Amino acid sequence: MRKKASAWLALALGIGMALSGCSSSNSSSDHAKQGSQKAGEKLEIFSWWTGAGEEDGLKALIKLFQEKYPDIKVENAAVAGGAGTNAKAVLASRMQGNDPPSTFQVHGGAELNEGWVAAGKMEPLNDLYEKEGWMDKFPKALIDMVSKDGNIYSVPVNIHRGNVLWYNKKIFADNGLQPPKTFDEFFQAADKLKAKGITPLALGDKEPWAATHLFENVLLGTLGTENYKKLWTGELSFNDPQVKQAVETFKKMLGYINEDHSSRNWQDAAQLVAEGKAAMYVMGDWVKGYFVNDLKLKVNQDFGYVPVPNTEGKFMVITDTFGLPKGVKNPDDVKKFLAVLGSVEGQDAFNPLKGSIPARIDADPSKYDEYGKQTMQDFKTAELAPSLAHGSAAPEGFVTKVNQAVNIFVTQKDVKTFIDTLASAAAELKK
Amino acid sequence: METVNVTTTEKATAVPAVRKKRKWTADHWLAAAFLAPSVVLIFLFVYGFIGWTGYVSLSNWNSLVPDWSFAGLKNYLYLFHDFRFQADLRNTLVFTVLFIAAVIVLGQLLAILLDQKLRGESLFRNIFFFPMALSFVVTGVVWQWLFNPSTGVNLFLKPLGLDGKWYTDTNILGGFHWGKIEFGVPVAIVAVVVAAVWQMTGFAVAMYLAGLRAIPDEVREAARMDGATEFQLYWKIILPLLRPITVSVIIIMAHISLKIFDLIYAMTGPGANFVTDVPGVYMFETTFRGNYYANGAAIAIVMLLSVAIFIVPYLISSRKGGS
Repeated sequence: MRKKASAWLALALGIGMALSGCSSSNSSSDHAKQGSQKAGEKLEIFSWWTGAGEEDGLKALIKLFQEKYPDIKVENAAVAGGAGTNAKAVLASRMQGNDPPSTFQVHGGAELNEGWVAAGKMEPLNDLYEKEGWMDKFPKALIDMVSKDGNIYSVPVNIHRGNVLWYNKKIFADNGLQPPKTFDEFFQAADKLKAKGITPLALGDKEPWAATHLFENVLLGTLGTENYKKLWTGELSFNDPQVKQAVETFKKMLGYINEDHSSRNWQDAAQLVAEGKAAMYVMGDWVKGYFVNDLKLKVNQDFGYVPVPNTEGKFMVITDTFGLPKGVKNPDDVKKFLAVLGSVEGQDAFNPLKGSIPARIDADPSKYDEYGKQTMQDFKTAELAPSLAHGSAAPEGFVTKVNQAVNIFVTQKDVKTFIDTLASAAAELKK
Repeated sequence: METVNVTTTEKATAVPAVRKKRKWTADHWLAAAFLAPSVVLIFLFVYGFIGWTGYVSLSNWNSLVPDWSFAGLKNYLYLFHDFRFQADLRNTLVFTVLFIAAVIVLGQLLAILLDQKLRGESLFRNIFFFPMALSFVVTGVVWQWLFNPSTGVNLFLKPLGLDGKWYTDTNILGGFHWGKIEFGVPVAIVAVVVAAVWQMTGFAVAMYLAGLRAIPDEVREAARMDGATEFQLYWKIILPLLRPITVSVIIIMAHISLKIFDLIYAMTGPGANFVTDVPGVYMFETTFRGNYYANGAAIAIVMLLSVAIFIVPYLISSRKGGS
C-alpha cells in the first residue's frame, strides 16, 4: 500500500513539474512580447567566432562596448563548428521561429541580401549610417554589398582578401623563380617545380569549398571584375566562351596539385607550403593568421604573398557584417552596439586580433602588421569582387550546388558536364 | 532460445484471459497514467514529426522562407536524377553489404574462439568490446589519421613498396555506367568499412557469445558421439543454431549503417567525386548549408523507408512469433 501511495505521489509530482515547466516557458514568451518595457534586456551577439584569434577579437569588441555602456548586459552567443554551418542552422531555426538574436554575424552580399533581407527579416540601417557619418567611411562598393533596393542592412566589421597566392620563399629562391603575375607565368613556374619533384600547388578540398575558392579566383582572373560580377546576376551566361576558358585553366591547374588533396582541410594544405613540400597555395588571408600564430612563420621571410595571377588590382572580398533583425526587443541597444562595431575604435580593437583588416578606410594602419598595412592600401584602390565560395556572390543554395559540381569536376575533369551543371544551377539566380 | 519462447507464449495466452474477467483496478489506472505522457510525447514528437517531414518533402520549401505549396514528387524526382544522390545510394548499399558481412563473419569467428574456455577470456572479451564505448566521431577521427595517405599505416606500408590511397582513392571497382554515375565498389568506402567494423564487431561478438552459451553441451556431445568432426560440428550444427542471432545482428547493423552520418562526417566527409558520401551527410549539407529544406526532408524520408524495409518485416514476424 505504501508503495502504491508513493507511486501516485511521484506521478503527481511529475505532472506538477511538467505543468510548471510549461507555465514558466509561457511567462518567458510573455516577456518577449512586452520585453521593450522591461529594463536590462540582454544584448545577444550571435556569431561563429570561437577560434583562437577571432574569439579574442570578439571579446575585445565586447569589452570596448561594455566600457561605453556598462548598463547593457551582453551575451556572447557564439556557436562553434562547421565553419559557421552549425551557427547558421541554429540561426535559421530561430529566425523562422520569430526568436531572432539581437544581432548576428552574416557575410555581406547574397547571404545577407538574398537570404535574410529577401525574407523580410531585417531592419534597414540607413539612419544609423547617416547619424554616424559612415557613407564615405566605407568603400561604396562595400556599402552596395550590404544594401538592397537602396536600403542598407548591415555594418561590416572586417575584410578578408580571397585572391592571395601564398608561396614558400625558400623554394622560390632555390629555383630562381619569381612569383607569377599571369596564368602563363604560373604554369611556367609550375612546370619547373614539377620537374624538380616539388608539388607546385597545394589544395585541401576535404571540405569542397576550398576547391571552389580556387575556381572563383581563376574565374576572376580570366573574366575581370565586371564580367565576374555579371555571372551572379544572370547577365553573363555560364555558357560564355570566357567561362569555358576559365574552366580549362582551372582544369590545367588541377594537374599540379598534391595527390592527397581530398584528405586535407585548408590548414593541412597550408602546412604543405609551410613545410616546403608544396610551393604555392591559393587561399584567403586567414592563412596568414595560421602561418604566423600557429606555425610561427615570419611574413616575407618564410612565406611570401602576391595576388592570384591575373588579379592584381582586384580584391576578392569576404566581409563579416552585423545587422538588426526585425522583432528584437531592444533595437536601440543593438544600434548602440552596431555604432561601436562600425567605429574606428571598434574595428581597430577587433581586426588586429582576428587577423583581418578593417572595413573602414580611415582606420589606423600602425596597429596592423606588414601584410595588413599593404592589404589596407590595396583595399582602398582595388576593384572589389564578391566571393562565391564564402556566400557573398550568390545565395547559399547556389553555392552548395557549385561546391558539388566542383567536387565532381576535380576528379572527373569533364569540362562540358561541369559547365552544363553550373548553367542549369544558375537558372535559380535569375528569379 | 526455445525455452524462452515457451514462457512468453504462456504469458501471452494467460494475460488476456485474466483481463477479460477483471475490471480495471487502481493498478491498471496507475500503469496507464504512467505510460500516457510518454505515449503522447512519442506520438507527438516522433510520429508527428515524421508525418511533418513527409509533408515538407512534398512542398516547395527550398529557401530560407517556408513555402508550403504542394510540389508533388518534384523533390524526389530531383534527387533520383542527381549525381550526388545516386552516388549516395551506391555507397550506402556497398557500405551496408560489406559492413554487415564483415561484422557477421568476424563476430562469429571471434565468439567461437572465445568460447573455447581459454584463460583470460574476460580480458579478450573486454578488448573486443571496448571500441563500442567510443562514439563514432572519435573512431572517425582516429581512423582518418590511420588511413591518411601521408601518415598512419602508410608509414609501414611505404617501405614495403605499397602506397595505399585509402579513402582518397577515387577508383570504382567493377564499375559500369548506371544513371549518371559509375556503379561498383568505391575503393575509398573500404577504409570506412574497416573503421565501422572495428567499432561494431565487439557487439556482434557479445551477441554470438551469448548464443553459444545458450547451446547446451549435450548437443555438442551428441554430435561428437555420432562421429562429427569439430568442423562439421560448427558448420552443420552450431552455426545453424545461431541463425536467430544472425537475424538480430543484421537488423541492428543495417539500421546503423543505413543511417550512418557521424563516422563519415568525422572521417572523410563527402570525399572526392562523392566516393564516401552517404544520404545522411547529403541531407545535413543540403538542408543546413544550402537551405533546401524540402530536398533534405525527401532524403530523410528515403532513409526512413530504407530502414523500414529491414525493420518492419522483423517487427511483424516477432509479433507473430509472440502470439
